[in-house]
Amino acid sequence: MTEKSKNNDLTEFVNQKYKYGFSTTIDSDRIQKGLNEEIIHLITKKKKEPELLLKFRLRAYKKWKKMTHPEWSELQFPEINFQDVVYYSAPKQEKKINNLDEVDPEILKTFEKLGIPLTEQKRLANVAVDAVFDSASIGTTYKQELSSLNIIFTSISEAAWEYPELIKAHLGRAVPIGDNYYSTLNSAVFTDGSFCFVPKNTICPFELSTYFRINEPKSGQFERTLIITKENSYLSYLEGCTAPQYDDNQLHAAVVELIAYDNAEIKYSTVQNWFIGDQYSIGGILNLVTKRGLCLGKNSKISWTQVETGSGITWKYPSCYLVGENSQGEFYSIAFTKGYQQTDTGSKMLHVGKNSRSRIVSKGVCAEKSKNIYRGLVKITRKAEGSRNYSQCDSLLIGNSALSNTIPYIYVHNPLTKVEHEASIGNVAEDQIFYCLQRGIPQEEAIAMLISGFCQEVFNKLPLEFSVEADYLLRLKLEGTIG
Amino acid sequence: MNNKIPLLEIKNLKASVGNTEVLKNLNLEINKGEIHAIMGPNGSGKSTFSKIIAGHPNYKINDGTISFKGINLLELEPDERARLGIFLAFQYPIELPGVTNDSFFEYIHRSHTENDISLSCGKDWLDMLNFVFKKAQVLDLPINDDFGERNVNEGFSGGEKKRNEILQMLALDSELSILDEIDSGLDIDGLKIVSNVLNDFMTQDKAIILITHYQRLLDYVKPTYVHILQDGKIIKTGDFNLVKEIEQKGYDWLKESF
Repeated sequence: MTEKSKNNDLTEFVNQKYKYGFSTTIDSDRIQKGLNEEIIHLITKKKKEPELLLKFRLRAYKKWKKMTHPEWSELQFPEINFQDVVYYSAPKQEKKINNLDEVDPEILKTFEKLGIPLTEQKRLANVAVDAVFDSASIGTTYKQELSSLNIIFTSISEAAWEYPELIKAHLGRAVPIGDNYYSTLNSAVFTDGSFCFVPKNTICPFELSTYFRINEPKSGQFERTLIITKENSYLSYLEGCTAPQYDDNQLHAAVVELIAYDNAEIKYSTVQNWFIGDQYSIGGILNLVTKRGLCLGKNSKISWTQVETGSGITWKYPSCYLVGENSQGEFYSIAFTKGYQQTDTGSKMLHVGKNSRSRIVSKGVCAEKSKNIYRGLVKITRKAEGSRNYSQCDSLLIGNSALSNTIPYIYVHNPLTKVEHEASIGNVAEDQIFYCLQRGIPQEEAIAMLISGFCQEVFNKLPLEFSVEADYLLRLKLEGTIG
Repeated sequence: MNNKIPLLEIKNLKASVGNTEVLKNLNLEINKGEIHAIMGPNGSGKSTFSKIIAGHPNYKINDGTISFKGINLLELEPDERARLGIFLAFQYPIELPGVTNDSFFEYIHRSHTENDISLSCGKDWLDMLNFVFKKAQVLDLPINDDFGERNVNEGFSGGEKKRNEILQMLALDSELSILDEIDSGLDIDGLKIVSNVLNDFMTQDKAIILITHYQRLLDYVKPTYVHILQDGKIIKTGDFNLVKEIEQKGYDWLKESF
């Protein structure tokens, strides 16, 4: 095997086609493109939202108009024309549906094709799913089982009607209205998303899950997720996403807010597989997301685990604001990029509470001409005595045209604390590949195995079903046509 | 014996790495049931020779042929050669971070069964794991310490790494096993254990190539032939007596006589 043929093999097998690039033909209710106050009124009207949300939106819109696109990231993408985006698009439904079996069969088929069956007979065991199709929540599985435990799992718009006090008290608490350009845009035009509330002393027996599917071309998806765990409660939440393949970049600007009270824990896992754009970088999803967890209570814990394989552009920094004493924040991430993908991702850990702890483990796998940047902020405030942080960022490069960068920001304002940062970067070692080949393992398998090994620490943090899926997803991404 | 196809047949082999010629006209024939020892001074091309048979991509073959069971090896990828029945125990076994021994063996097993090769140690990979577990005990590998859960060669001592190579050799049960300085890094007890295992392993259907610097290993595992490799070619072939001569006189006398 010559040097050259080996490089070709590598190139081929990172070049696998995007599997979820099909679109679904359904009647949709889609408003005209553009953004102004009337549009916001229209969205509220379409969604039949209460006054409270309209006010929230309008406040956000006012702020957003005064803001400008932030320039600090290293991502390069053409300016977004916000007047060219459709801010609301939902499958047409003649009447209100009471049961998932009544949902348009085309949509059910779509989710089934994506591996997320929703109907009673086929739904996933132990995972309650809220399926979001473009702007609207299609339905939620296991509703009854959850309500018997007083766990609320519903769409944000429904929650605004049914639990206005909860929404009032928590929406915008972790990510305030004017937080950043894209989160503010989201606050103005958010379409749908999930609301979870786990009451005191309750361990949620299911994994709750939201599956986002962007279907309409030129439509933006601005979902909003709000998760609250009250005292001594626990929730594990999974998020998955795909989109069809269009020539235009689709905009995805989500906001996720997590709030944990005393002794409560939230585990939030994401496997993200949006369309990354074609080999000339055309048409990938712009994923500009704000995710923040608020460890409000004593001993509260929020843990983010993410496997990012998709999007043309990814910009996200799942964060933890560690306000409560002894609170804990974790961030485990795998970012796989290929083609012309660009990701600027990492985490923020803000220590406010005494003896708060945080841990960041970031694994970047970077192939072809992609760009993979880890950007992380660790800030220990003056009051956060006894706090600790450990950060570890490892990058693995495949081939010699990929770029990986680690940019840590560390601010420590209290001397009685401990902050550690470790970083490493390397290639998939040829001697490791040869060793595996010599044991009879084909090259493609060997590289998949080595990359999976590199990511193992993060896989181990995912819920079991997800961990298998994530490993499989990485494998798909790597798979090719080695002769 | 002459009308049989040799297990391994190397003819006029010339190979280079970069601009340096590392093998210069090497000839060797190995039949089933034979143990060949290859000795030679540092830098004579012993490890190179083993890597070339295994198909390491860094080496360029300039001339000559290598055939294994009558099949032209030079047209095969390293993994195909391995599955055809060639095993190489590395002089410096590689660490595979994040890949556990269990999953490594699973990959090995799957790679073979998917290519319709059944491994003698078990049709099912759980059988293979059982086999591995037992043999790991024989080889005195730290099995109590969750051997299967540990990453391949990571945190292993030099001796453990070498014994782990032997463990993989047993599991794969290849027709030709090339052991590159298996004795370096092993203490005297380890060497005895490995030698016993090798003698048990060896049958009339297999061949072994032992690459070594020392007589010690060959005292335990008796070679059928001993070759002296120098400057990229075999300059002398003999039997065990040649080893004794080398031990006494070193390699220089050969150079002169050559």
